[in-house]
Amino acid sequence: MYTSLTNRREFIKKMAVMSAMTAAATMFPGILFAEEQERNLPENANLDWKKAPCRFCGVGCGVLIGIDNGKAVAVKGDPKSPVNKGLCCVKGYHSVISIYGKDRLTKPLIKKNGKYVETSMKEALDLIASKMKETISNHGKDAVSIYGSGQWTIPDGYVASKLFKGCIGTNNVEANARLCMASAVTGFMTSFGIDEPMGCYDDIDHADVFVLWGNNMAEMHPVLFSRLLDQRLKRGVKIIDFATRTTRTSMAADRSIIFQPQTDLAVANAICYEIINNGWVNKSFVEKHCNFKKGLTNMGYGLEDHYSFDDKPEGITFEAFKTFLQDYTPEKVAKISGVSAKDIKYMASYYGDPNKKVMSLWCMGMNQHTRGTWINNLVYNIHLLTGKISEPGNSPFSLTGQPSACGTVREVGTLTHKLPHGVVTNKEHREFAAKIWDVPAENIPAKPSYHTVEMFRALDRGDIKFMWIQVTNPMVTMPKLKRYRDACEKEGRFIVVSDIYPTPTTDIADVILPSAMWIEREGMYGNSERRTQYFEKMIEPSGEAMSDTWQIVEVAKRLGYEKQFYYNEDTHIEEIYNEYRRHHEGNKHAMAPLEVLKAEPGAQWPYVNGKSTKWRFNADYDPACSNGEQFHFYGNPDGKAIIWQRPYEPAPEIPDDDYPFWLCTGRVVEHWHTGSMTRRIPVLHKAMPHAYVELNPEQAKEMQIQTGDRIKLTTRRGEIILPASVNERGVPERNQVFVPFFDENMLINDVTLDAFCPISKQPDYKKCAVKVEKV
Amino acid sequence: MPIKSYLAHPHQGKKQELVHELSSISSCEVIPAENNDLVIVVTETNNNTEDDILKEKIEAIESLKLLAMVSGFDTPKSN
Ligand code: SF4
Repeated sequence: MYTSLTNRREFIKKMAVMSAMTAAATMFPGILFAEEQERNLPENANLDWKKAPCRFCGVGCGVLIGIDNGKAVAVKGDPKSPVNKGLCCVKGYHSVISIYGKDRLTKPLIKKNGKYVETSMKEALDLIASKMKETISNHGKDAVSIYGSGQWTIPDGYVASKLFKGCIGTNNVEANARLCMASAVTGFMTSFGIDEPMGCYDDIDHADVFVLWGNNMAEMHPVLFSRLLDQRLKRGVKIIDFATRTTRTSMAADRSIIFQPQTDLAVANAICYEIINNGWVNKSFVEKHCNFKKGLTNMGYGLEDHYSFDDKPEGITFEAFKTFLQDYTPEKVAKISGVSAKDIKYMASYYGDPNKKVMSLWCMGMNQHTRGTWINNLVYNIHLLTGKISEPGNSPFSLTGQPSACGTVREVGTLTHKLPHGVVTNKEHREFAAKIWDVPAENIPAKPSYHTVEMFRALDRGDIKFMWIQVTNPMVTMPKLKRYRDACEKEGRFIVVSDIYPTPTTDIADVILPSAMWIEREGMYGNSERRTQYFEKMIEPSGEAMSDTWQIVEVAKRLGYEKQFYYNEDTHIEEIYNEYRRHHEGNKHAMAPLEVLKAEPGAQWPYVNGKSTKWRFNADYDPACSNGEQFHFYGNPDGKAIIWQRPYEPAPEIPDDDYPFWLCTGRVVEHWHTGSMTRRIPVLHKAMPHAYVELNPEQAKEMQIQTGDRIKLTTRRGEIILPASVNERGVPERNQVFVPFFDENMLINDVTLDAFCPISKQPDYKKCAVKVEKV
Repeated sequence: MPIKSYLAHPHQGKKQELVHELSSISSCEVIPAENNDLVIVVTETNNNTEDDILKEKIEAIESLKLLAMVSGFDTPKSN
């Protein structure tokens, strides 16, 4: 490509500038470099700036999009947004470029004799509807399914759930948030009986200490991390990075404490031991507001088809809990975790100090965990024992990865067991949803069907014949991917994929529908702090692209559900949102009216009497508290939160002589998930062009491995070759390697393990055993 | 032909001074941030010895608080 050396040098120089800008943007999100920014703007630009939530991560920054002659040409952080206060990270800043990639899907494609043939939207939608009818009549309604995403807008997920659960009558509705947030949900449900964080991002402005549990915030939640750094400059707060690998976050933190994979369970228990042993328990809080329970142990890891598990919770006493913790003294835990007793005591002392406000933050490290629900429970235990919860600065805070994992998947309830309000197993909840959906209550099955991994296993077995995939790329993200890719390609399966670019998932589709992206349509997202944000349609969709919402509405009408899908094309988003709000009426979850969302940079539910709720379960802030006390954990019938006895149990696949390393996978700051959008943004693609395997520098030296060398990784599922990365971005411990998953040309998930948390059914992408060889 | 990029942090209130000093070095390209006390510096030299000398020169600038390298490339010399 670069023939002359001069050209090559210029190119490298540009790369050097870009790397610096990317690094600067990570450390100082929102940082602007005049020259670069202006280069993207047309001369004498007279831009029309419109507000939207950012397309990419779950931080949910408010951005302003500059529109010029019907084209989105610029992005800046919205100074009015309380989320990002005008900041914006490198992905957000370049997001609009991803709308205009050369290979945007603009026409529907149907596979005929192994080749994709262009067709009209009408014909494609007719075909989808007729295939669904045929599948249902030949194989039953549980043979059709939909697999969506935490990048679905709220209306997308709502109509999907209404069509499949309410009208067709199958609970085969899942979303990729199962792969990223399910353990957070079951953590909340088991500890508090209600989902989503009690606190909000404002906690950052009040906390004295931040403990990051396996959370590389500098790369994954860059704008929030910059708010932490800002607080350190202003107030001298402490940031403790508790992780399995040294990352940009560790480097920026005040303390980096490294633990052996899976042993966060033991360390969390050791912190509780210390809190009790030192008399740091907030006795009156615990007596008034907490119960103690234990559940089943040795649950397995879901590695077999049809695996099922039901926990059997049992009440225990505080004394029994205290006795259980005797196995978790800092000294004992130091032996398995690799964390010194001194460091465990150091962390515990912050949680135990009544004069320090502590915020715990986590994301995939705790959620993608075969004991994901447990580790969520254990961190809540720490906050409950000390009463450091539900007040400004004292906040256990589960961050989300996707822009609407909370808004769409958790709140609309696009998971097999969920409804917009409540769960399918509850008769009253089914009746309530059926009434709003205008369908007979018997339509909604009382039993959940398949969670994500099991849904793809069902497709492999042939129990599911039809799957519609929207806004997600499972042929890059499913663990133990090869099995599920082969499943999709089996005879007698019909796969519809709605997306904006060709991906490995569109490669296995029978019908590809071009989707309208983000601001090419109207919609809402809900971020990590219960904030719902609206965006209007700002530009015309590319070619024949249609919103995912309207695609589903069109198919629903063809299936004969005109009565339920009465929406008018021009006003359907408003109609759908207003209908959706009815599911959440009441003080516990009321959603803000659309006019408010249009006027404000989002609103936080419960939105009651014209006000967002910043801190739930605290009578000073939360209108749903009604027990006359300061705190009310109203998600549980007795108004109390639960402190769980959960032991440490090892991971399902531990390094051994044949596979002596741990393999951990994850993301990088430049790319959004599978890179299908961000790899089409030249500056981001150049800054991070391909995946790599990160090795421990000392061990790499012993193995005579240098950056760029070809490394073969072999697990029990297969093998893959990647270039080595030594001492570049992250530094793994000895006998551990890290590989990012964004690169569709190096599919690391071909070799990962599909073990999951038995309670949340969320797979663990962070731990399996691997052999590492230089080739 | 080493090419390197750095993030240069100025001492408080010394950003302009730092930009000025850096700009006077011919093998440095300087890109100041608009809204932050941070300057990107890209250096291009003929060989490692020159590169080392240049780095020392930059580090001796008084208005500089911290110089953090971001990337380094070595490219064959062009004719
Ligand atoms: S931090 Fe997340 S939401 Fe904010 S600009 Fe970056 S990608 Fe977008």
